[in-house]
Amino acid sequence: MEAAASSVKDGGDLRDTELRLGLPGTEAPEKPAAPSTRGSKRALQEDDDMESRANSRPLEADSGEAPAAKAQIVGWPPIRSYRRNSFPPRKVESEAEAEAEAEAAGLYVKVSMDGAPYLRKIDLKVYKGYKELREAMDNMFKCFTQGEVSRKEGCSSGSESAITYEDKDGDLMLVGDVPWEMFISSCRRLRIMKGCEVRGLRTRQYS
Amino acid sequence: MTEDCDGEEKDEETRRWSPGQGSSSRGGGSGAAASSPLKTRCVRGRVDQAPPFSGQVLENVLENVLQFLACRRDRNAASLVCRSWYRAEARTRLELFIGNCYAVSPARALGRFRCARALVLKGRPRFADFNLVPVGWGARFSPWVAAMAAAYPWLERVCLKRMTVSDADLALLARSFSSFRDLTLICCDGFGTPGLAAVAELCRNLRVLDLIDNDVEDEDEEVVDWISRFPETATRLESLSFECVNCPVNFAALEALVARSPSLRRLRVNQHVSVGQLRCLMVRTPQLTHLGTGSFETVPAADGAAELDVAELESSFVASKSLVCLSGFRMVAPEYLPAIYPVCTGLVSLNLSYAVTTAEQLKPVVLQCHNLQTFWVLDTVGDEGLRAVAKTCKHLRELRVFPFEATEDSESAVSDAGLMAISEGCQKLRSILYFCQRMTNAAVVTMSKNCQELVVFRLCIMGRHRPDHITGEPMDEGFGAIVMNCKKLTRLAVSGLLTDKVFEYIAKHGKLVRTLSVAFAGNSDLSLRYVLEGCHKLQKLEIRDSPFGDAGLLSGIHHYYNMRFLWMNSCKLSLRGCKEVAQRLPRLVVEVFGDHNKDLDSDAVEKLYLYRSLVGPRDDVPSFVKIL
Repeated sequence: MEAAASSVKDGGDLRDTELRLGLPGTEAPEKPAAPSTRGSKRALQEDDDMESRANSRPLEADSGEAPAAKAQIVGWPPIRSYRRNSFPPRKVESEAEAEAEAEAAGLYVKVSMDGAPYLRKIDLKVYKGYKELREAMDNMFKCFTQGEVSRKEGCSSGSESAITYEDKDGDLMLVGDVPWEMFISSCRRLRIMKGCEVRGLRTRQYS
Repeated sequence: MTEDCDGEEKDEETRRWSPGQGSSSRGGGSGAAASSPLKTRCVRGRVDQAPPFSGQVLENVLENVLQFLACRRDRNAASLVCRSWYRAEARTRLELFIGNCYAVSPARALGRFRCARALVLKGRPRFADFNLVPVGWGARFSPWVAAMAAAYPWLERVCLKRMTVSDADLALLARSFSSFRDLTLICCDGFGTPGLAAVAELCRNLRVLDLIDNDVEDEDEEVVDWISRFPETATRLESLSFECVNCPVNFAALEALVARSPSLRRLRVNQHVSVGQLRCLMVRTPQLTHLGTGSFETVPAADGAAELDVAELESSFVASKSLVCLSGFRMVAPEYLPAIYPVCTGLVSLNLSYAVTTAEQLKPVVLQCHNLQTFWVLDTVGDEGLRAVAKTCKHLRELRVFPFEATEDSESAVSDAGLMAISEGCQKLRSILYFCQRMTNAAVVTMSKNCQELVVFRLCIMGRHRPDHITGEPMDEGFGAIVMNCKKLTRLAVSGLLTDKVFEYIAKHGKLVRTLSVAFAGNSDLSLRYVLEGCHKLQKLEIRDSPFGDAGLLSGIHHYYNMRFLWMNSCKLSLRGCKEVAQRLPRLVVEVFGDHNKDLDSDAVEKLYLYRSLVGPRDDVPSFVKIL
């Protein structure tokens, strides 16, 4: 949590001191340039016309037009098209936008614990790996585990629990099987299972 | 009559004894003999009329002396001395260099220089490389090759830059000149594999076929196997470069060609040649000096099941003891890069600008390249990679750092730190092209002081109007220091946040500057005025997106005849100003163009291209160009 707070703060500070010529308060969109046109020169030419008309007076653009001026300028930076086409842009524009949004928002998923009266939400982006995640979740639900022990009958001490998650296909999976990055991208919600159900799960797993 | 015959005989004899003239018996340029229609126009009256006998002896002697003059500027000076020298120089000029194909007509050029064996011809302005010149603007090779086919049967070499060359042109070239040996095409377009096939098949004496950064267009169905068209017998090929030809080549034919080309020293293949295939080629030609490696990765379809072992590849490099220049690496698989270690100490030139490598991958390579003089690289190696270069490459003369992601707001791993490191380590640097996002005046000033040999300084800060990222100041002081301290500077490209001040510095100190590139810079017409009034040697000025208007344009009227061209786009010019220039300078061609749907009533000029010309407005003007 702390890590999350400080990173946001740093990002904000950097933005404040960044040297830009736009008026304060205008944020240039962080879009990468559109993929360079390949193929027939005729297509390039049409782009040429439109772009140059749009960008002919960049210095006169007022704050309202600042985002437009930041759009792709014809022939800038000055790289020959042969070289430019050798390295296709890393992200297609729409994907990049979605990624940018996701980055800004954080990856919040619901965490439920069996028997707890209410759920929690955590930001998966904040953790570097499974160990940290487990520790955080233990902390979060600490207040509930003590009560659990007495209520559940026929089970061993309340420390028996497993963290499971629901992936994007809707299946219930055990946390810890896949690499962290893959887990983050597919996890939709987390569930801490307790007691008998867990044993059942474990049995199934090792049978 | 008798005098003329005697004169001609003497002429012939002299010719036979003078090296380099060959045994052409075309006779001297004397007016008595041939009645070729090309002889009519000339600058100074009847220059071609045969001089008296004594004068002719003198001219013959002069020719024997002048033939040793290679530099074209010296030749231009010699030709201005008097008519006799003009004639002698014209007869002995072997290489014709035409920096702007529209400055002179084929008839006129070929008419003056009857004995040229080589032609270097440049067409479109450089900003055409960045899509600023619409397609179809001009610079066609056709009229030139047609004129030469008639006038220069002994033509040997042609080098074209930014021209439009059709397949038909190439076929005509191949058919017309039996001694033809060298063809170099740089940044040209209009041709495809059929044209290459014609050259391969018909130029029996071909030694050099260098295709560099051309736009080779082929419809899929029309791709021709041009490599197979080379003669079956041993060839005289010394250099073959086809990195820009995007379609796969017949590898078996290529291998066979290489095997029967004993003189081959320079081979640069395209990215469709896999590393396994490259090895086969290297085995055939261990005497290569220049190698373009193609993809430098395994292409499963090409190599079959077996993947090439790095050790095997390395042994090929060990065997290539003469390699001094390496390029290619279009898709380099990092595990293959160490194979080049054996040749690193001998390398003079290394081009990794298509190889996405990190500093860690670069270091083991570059730390062995003690003799490197030319190095092209991608900015993915970062400041750290450049530090490694600075540490080892003490003889570096040319450095180019290209951006992996060429957009305004990309992250670049190189910055002022890298530039500073290079300036400290590579003090013999003569030429630098550096793309980055963050720069400081301090780093540029340091480079100006450390690298006194700088002739070319091109710095491109990709984000427009970016100031010094530490002080927030404009970049005026940095570029000012460059022109002040680098006394040999002839070419400069500026970028970043720049005011009129930097142009004041350039005007005051950049007395040798011949080429200046300006983008998104300056505050007012003062900038343009400074440069045009102060830079007496200025030849080529290209400006984009800067607030310069008619007043600035008019301040150069005294100088435009001394320049090759002026290009301005997206500035503040108007038709009125451009028309005034055209009126006051009749030998200047003033082209105004812009969008295809140009509103003719609008007074604003989007693109201006003006150049001096001996032949007036060209006759192949497209619809979107207006000549004032």
